[in-house]
Formats: sequence, C-alpha cells, structure tokens
Amino acid sequence: MSKRSNWAVPYLIFLVIFVALPLILIVVYAFQGQDGGFTFKNVTNFFTDGDALNTFAVSIEVAIENTLICLLLGYPAAYILANKDLNKSAVTVILFILPMWINALMRTLATAELFNVLGFSLGKGTLLFGLVYDYLPFMIYPIYNVLLKMDTSYAEAAADLGATPVQVFGKVTLPLSMPGISSGILMVFMPTVSTFAISEFLTNNKIKLFGTIIQENINSSMWNYGAALSLIMLLIIGLTTLLLGGDKENAVEGGTV
Amino acid sequence: MMKKLLAKTYIWILLVLLYVPIIFIGVFSFTEAKTLGNWTGFSMELYKNIFSGSVGGGTSLMAAIKNTLVIAVIAAAVSTILGTVSAIGIFNMRGRKKNTIQFLNNIPMINPDVITGVSLFLLFVFLHFSQGYLTVILAHITFCTPYVVLSVMPKLGQMNPNIYEAALDLGATPAQALRKVLVPQLRPGMVSGFILAFTMSLDDFAVTFFTRGTIGLETLSTYIYADARKGGLTPELRPLMTLIFTIILILLIVMNVRQGRSKDGQKPIIPVK
Repeated sequence: MSKRSNWAVPYLIFLVIFVALPLILIVVYAFQGQDGGFTFKNVTNFFTDGDALNTFAVSIEVAIENTLICLLLGYPAAYILANKDLNKSAVTVILFILPMWINALMRTLATAELFNVLGFSLGKGTLLFGLVYDYLPFMIYPIYNVLLKMDTSYAEAAADLGATPVQVFGKVTLPLSMPGISSGILMVFMPTVSTFAISEFLTNNKIKLFGTIIQENINSSMWNYGAALSLIMLLIIGLTTLLLGGDKENAVEGGTV
Repeated sequence: MMKKLLAKTYIWILLVLLYVPIIFIGVFSFTEAKTLGNWTGFSMELYKNIFSGSVGGGTSLMAAIKNTLVIAVIAAAVSTILGTVSAIGIFNMRGRKKNTIQFLNNIPMINPDVITGVSLFLLFVFLHFSQGYLTVILAHITFCTPYVVLSVMPKLGQMNPNIYEAALDLGATPAQALRKVLVPQLRPGMVSGFILAFTMSLDDFAVTFFTRGTIGLETLSTYIYADARKGGLTPELRPLMTLIFTIILILLIVMNVRQGRSKDGQKPIIPVK
C-alpha cells in the first residue's frame, strides 16, 4: 500500500519545479533591481506609474461590470436549466458549456468582426458585450450545479408554510445557491482582470486591461516590473478567493449533465 | 404554461446570442471574399486552400497548424501517463503529503493563463533554458496534467482495490498488474483526461505566447493573434475556425455520450481559465 503512494513522487517533483518554483520566482524577480539586489522599487513604481494605475482601475471596473451582468443574465438561465419542470433536455445544458471549449481569442475575433460588419463602433460597449459573451457560461455552470444538487424539499416546505414564491426564492433558494454564485464570481472576475489581447481586439486598442500591461512589460524585457505587476495580480487573486471563500475545485468537478 | 414559454424563450435568446458570432464565421467560410461580411457566392475554395496548403499568407499557417497538433498530441499523451500514474499515487497517499500535492495540483487550474505563462517564462529565464518547442510542451504538460488527475481520481474510487492485490498475490509483477488490471479499469477516465488535455492544449494562447521564446515558433492561436494585429484576418482562418469548432463539438458530444452511457455518475469536467 505505502509503495503505491510513491507513484506520485515524480509528479510531486514536477509540480515543485513547474508550479511552486515559478510562483516563488515571481516574488523573487518582483523584489530584484537591475543590479540584482533587493529593492521595493518595482512594486512602488506601480503606484507612480499613471498608465498602469489607470489600466488597473479600468480593469477592476470592467471586471465588476462584467461580473454583475453575467450574474444577472446567468442566474435566471441557471435556474431555468436546473428546474426539471422548465427544462428536460440535457442538450441545452451542453450547448451552454460548449463555448467554454472554443479558444477565447477566436470567439472574440468572431464577435469583433461581427460588430465591424454590423457597423458598431468598437469601444466600452462592445468590450462589455464581448466579455459577457466570453464569460457567461462560466457564471451559469457553477450556479446550475448548485441548484441541481439542491434539496427541493426546503423550498416546498417554505411554500407549504405560506411563503409567497418571492419569499421562497429570497429566503430559501437564493441563500442556498450562494456557493455557486461565489464560484461563478470567482470564475468571471479574475480572468476578466487578467485578460490580455481580448480587450484590444474588442475596442480597437482603445481600452487595455491589466493582463496586457503585464504582457507588454515582459515582452519589452522589463521582467522585474512585469513580475511585480504579476505579484499584484496574484495578491488580488488571493484576496478575492479569500473574500468569497469560493471553491473553484467544486466548479471544476462539475455536475451531471 | 406561460411561465414555461417565457423560460424557454429566455434560454433560446441567450443561446442564439452565444452562437451568432460562431455561426457568422461558419457561414462566411463558404464564400471567397477577402473581407468578412461580403458574400460573393457559395464557394469551397477556402477549404480547398487549407487542405492543399496553398494559403494566401504562404506556408506559415500550415506550419502553425502542424505545430499546434504536434504540441497538443505530445502534451496530451505525456499528461495522460503522468496524470494517471500520479492519480494512483495520490489516491494511496494519506495526510499532509496528500493535501500538499492536491494543493499544488489545483494551482495551475486556479491561476489565470497570464500568471501561468509569466511564471513559467521566469522559470526558463532563471534556469537559462532556451525557449522553443520543448518549453511550450513542458508548459502545456504543466496545465494539462491536473485535469487528467481529476478525471482519473473518481475511477480509482469506484475500483475494488483487492483486484490489484490479488494480481500481485497470483504472481504478477507490478508492471503486469498495472497493464492488465489497473489500466483497463481506469481507461474511461484516462480517455476523458486525454481529450481534455488535447483540447486545452489546442486552445491555449497565453501560456504558449510567453513560453515559445524568440525562435519564431507559431501555433494556431499565436498565428491568429499576429494576423489580427496586422489588421484583417486571413480568409482561410474562417474555414479553419469552423473546422476546429466542429471537431471540438464532436469530441464533446462523444465524451458526454460515453459518460451518459456508463451511468456511473462520472461528471464532465469543464475547463477553467
């Protein structure tokens, strides 16, 4: 028995080299100056770098808007899909999951081209539409999962005891679906902040998101500053995960379709 | 009744919105026009161009397709083997060691692509490892293997552990027991894991972008990125996107039907960005 647990040792070594060490290197490079010595300069530079600060603020704003729209559109969809009276077909669920598998870059370009052909000018509006289009399935799926597993007898009991349908939803169904909402927010908010390439295509280079700033610095050999920005990104990831207490693993494992 | 109609309408409006851009590309893959949105009559010319290799932009698109497939096949194969062996190991682990490895296994799934890409880029810089084909494949193995581990784990839970022990007692070497007893039982999870890893690798843009170095290695995603930056997509990308979408659609349906048939409660695993 104990012998077979050794089978994971090569992978453990692999994970240390390719997962743990790279993350440690982000921290190391973030606090390293041009001369190789320790410095806080890269991190403090961020707070005086107007371009980066502005992009950061815009990214957070766009990510919040995107998350809210996805939640407002996605919750009813998840509710309908998980309700056996309203939806009996597993195919509709698969149809919602499918776009998650298509390269986001391709889907984005298709959307941008469609806007061009329809004559919309590319800007904030098209950016939000494209982002909602990209991330909506990631909001629907975890909520759908939680609703599907929910014990319906609670809602029935509340109704039997005289609660109105609105009360049943507000006091029973919604609170019970909070874990799915947290996972959904986690899966939409963070990737939106770190998006790169997508926002440029959807806005004709008018709006940049935080991922692009990281990419620009890394590509122009500003590794230390790029690492500092990545570290800030990592801190935000840690913070949102902590705040939401969300469990992305749950979402990954999914539910029966 | 009214409620049901309303619900159905809502779902279908959302679905139509989700699929309009994809269908739009699909429809215009059957016409030759250089600019998207112009319909110059039905034509299979763009599809022919892809398969004959005579693509407008020279041979680079064909090279990018080849690179994408080679990387995806190698990364998926290695991830499947590494992930399966590790899942068996992790399944038999206890306590803190198990928690540590599971925690590390989750990180590539939780991290946004940009962070995975940048962190691996820094690793290769740090190790003075020249970046190219090999580093892209290693990076893809890094983000694919966790999904294989997750696909194989439930199969281990359903398996009777005594069968493996019995094979050993009856004189099989561990290698024989692995090949003849474990692998056949884990195969459904391994196949799902392979398909997952393959599509994840096929789809990746950000991680490839950061780890491909400066030797001019292009995959389909990086090619599309460069092409779109130049303004205007190569017309041949339309049929190509359509083909990729159709292939992924078929793979996913096959995967779901397989899982539906096995009726063992195996759940589909979704990609997380």
